[in-house]
Amino acid sequence: MSQAEHEGIIESAWSGGRAPFAINSNKLGMWLFIISDSLTFSALLVAYAYVRLANPDWPRPFEIWPAIAKSTLMTLILLSSSLTMVLGVAAAHRGDRAKTIKYLIWTMIFGAAFVVIHATEWYTLMVTDHVTPWSNPWGVPLFGGTFFGLTGLHMLHVTIGVVYLAIVAAGFKSDKYDASDVEVSGLYWHFVDLVWMFIFPLVYLMSVNLKG
Amino acid sequence: MSAHEAAIETHEVGSKKLFAIVWFWLLLFTGIEVFLAYLRLAPPLMLTILVGLSLVKAALIISYFMHLRFEKLGLFLLLIPAMVFCICMMLIMFFPDSLRVVDLGVK
Repeated sequence: MSQAEHEGIIESAWSGGRAPFAINSNKLGMWLFIISDSLTFSALLVAYAYVRLANPDWPRPFEIWPAIAKSTLMTLILLSSSLTMVLGVAAAHRGDRAKTIKYLIWTMIFGAAFVVIHATEWYTLMVTDHVTPWSNPWGVPLFGGTFFGLTGLHMLHVTIGVVYLAIVAAGFKSDKYDASDVEVSGLYWHFVDLVWMFIFPLVYLMSVNLKG
Repeated sequence: MSAHEAAIETHEVGSKKLFAIVWFWLLLFTGIEVFLAYLRLAPPLMLTILVGLSLVKAALIISYFMHLRFEKLGLFLLLIPAMVFCICMMLIMFFPDSLRVVDLGVK
């Protein structure tokens, strides 16, 4: 019996000094960030859908090879990185330091591979097809703006995620961070994966050019 | 981290088999999405199926990889309904009248 209960004071979960959601403050903070960031991406996706609907001649430039093949590969890479991340979190909770570091390194490798493949796709679009955020050869200028805006912000998140995981892995190795820090970084990584699960179908698969 | 916070973090985090199964389903749904891209479906039908599959994939990621299924119900109620409400408010732009910008000649 706690001191407060002993003294007959009714303690509420909200009275302070407790964690009403049974998670620590870092994890709650990351969840709140994820919710706010998901609204940012939602706003961008809704804006993209709106301008697309408002332009009946919206271009469909993505041919099965190489654009859809590349973006499918990128999706598989991100999904696999989420698997290695969640296995890393599980290993961290078991106290298996070596496996945690191994899984985090694999997650970073997958994340870096995603960014590299995405960069090659951007290079092809910008250099070969002359697509910029303001113009493109297919007519509707907003195509470039929405495409680079959405995929660029996502690529920035992946890049930051790789750096974040590197910092957490180094800290976990040196005992500066514990399993809960690995779990919080995992939440961020899975969110980045989750966002791509909407960008991939809405931006790429809805704009497939089957004539190519 | 306090002893209390350390204690509340020692919950079940799932098994390797469970994570592998979730990963497999995510790959399968992705495969279905790509297959759909080969079919010449009408855009509204295609959009409905793709968004539906994406929502299922998002639910799997949030529930199992992000562990929300194993958290307290209060955390879910704090986070998800408010987010869904905000996204629904954004969709207000899709009421038929909102596309009148096209007819107004704004280029």
